[in-house]
Amino acid sequence: MTLNRVVVTGLSAITPIGNDLATSWANLVAGVSGAAPITRFDASAFDTRFGCEVKNFDEKPYIAAKLAKRLDRFTIYALSAAMMLMEDAGWKIPADEAELVSVIVGCGMGGIETLEATHSKLLEQGPSRISPFFIPTMIANMAAGQISIATGARGSNVCTTSACASGLHGIGYAYSDIKLGRAVAAICGGVESTITPLAVGGFNALKALSTRNDDPTKASRPFDAGRDGFVIGEGCGLLLLESLEHAQARGARILAEVAGFGASGDAYHMTAPPEDGSGMALAMKGALREAGMAPTEIAHVNAHGTSTSLNDACETTAIKSLLGDHAYKVPITSNKSMIGHCLGAAGGIESVMSVKTIVEGVIPPTINYETADPACDLDCTPNVARKQAVANVLCNSFGFGGTNASLLFKAFAQ
Amino acid sequence: MSVAEKVKEIIVDQLGVDAAEVNPDAKFVDDLGADSLDLTELIMAMEEEFGVEISDEDAQQIQKVQDAISFIEKKKGE
Repeated sequence: MTLNRVVVTGLSAITPIGNDLATSWANLVAGVSGAAPITRFDASAFDTRFGCEVKNFDEKPYIAAKLAKRLDRFTIYALSAAMMLMEDAGWKIPADEAELVSVIVGCGMGGIETLEATHSKLLEQGPSRISPFFIPTMIANMAAGQISIATGARGSNVCTTSACASGLHGIGYAYSDIKLGRAVAAICGGVESTITPLAVGGFNALKALSTRNDDPTKASRPFDAGRDGFVIGEGCGLLLLESLEHAQARGARILAEVAGFGASGDAYHMTAPPEDGSGMALAMKGALREAGMAPTEIAHVNAHGTSTSLNDACETTAIKSLLGDHAYKVPITSNKSMIGHCLGAAGGIESVMSVKTIVEGVIPPTINYETADPACDLDCTPNVARKQAVANVLCNSFGFGGTNASLLFKAFAQ
Repeated sequence: MSVAEKVKEIIVDQLGVDAAEVNPDAKFVDDLGADSLDLTELIMAMEEEFGVEISDEDAQQIQKVQDAISFIEKKKGE
């Protein structure tokens, strides 16, 4: 069996710092924070009253009004981003290839906003008021479903759900589909929109969120000694992957190559990673193994970097355990310092930004870095973007349940 | 606002159609593009707006715009 090489031929993103990829990337490089007081609901009774919301997004250019009414916000983001993605890739799926195009879009929680609204209606007005659209609107795989309906893609149609690693797993398994020849192309990535009372309250109960309410834009500070939790974000990041053969046959613009994917489990705890970061290291090691690359070849790490005390220290330990002394020469960065933690969308958006980093030769900064933490002693590209060509980027995502994923992108060369 | 006007407004809102298309003889499925889920939600919206109950049997008889208007007018008259 011949394994296909897999390349990236399209990107799209909707983030707390931009309603399209160009704006999001420009703000990411400029070090702009997307954090602000929560507007979606009255958060005055919550320990955390700010987040990284997507701002003033207008789906009308992408989704008909009647359909938009039937969709939860997460599906609106995913479907809009998919329309932008196909435009970016300059491709319309031909009918005779439809069965070989996968749609794999990760989502951590699905339509929590719809769930909460409908549950309130149930309690106030009784079961007869539950909309027939409630379940189809809420289910986490509706993003992939709607993308299929809109684009005609009829290959695998799946939602990967692995908490904050959902998006990266989606891309990893889409890559596998193409590599194995099950598909010639895949729309893949991650989406999430859960800035809701239950989700914020739930993360607050876990003491996972920053409570820096007096200074939201300074709250997400990965690898900084003063970090006190993550900032909840939302959005969508999608990639179009194609087999190299398919991309070249249609004359596609090739942005980067997917070199390897690693996934692992911690076998340890519901929410905490083991302090030696061994599960995280296993995922990174798997990606390198598949790529046939040595740890010393890694040029850059787009870290999970959540801004929680435990994650950032464990991830630092994990990178060092795998890369050894080379780790100190590798710039790492956390996009979450600006976009917050977009949960199931994180791996999607951060993969998009990893590919942009390769294409543009610019490493986005980790903002709000002020005080060194001995437990996080790697070069996190503090505060200012760095113009530096990178041959490859290792992109990490880790999630509750002890789930880890790592994807290796590299510059494309014949 | 008359019952007819209010019903038309609900139909425009629920089905995302142009008000000009919502004439009395327009059929929900054939002319206004509704599917079974749309119809269920449309019935629920009318129940909510007019404070009436529409049984599944009655709902099945409501196939075009005038059916809905007549049904509500009759219910309200009872």
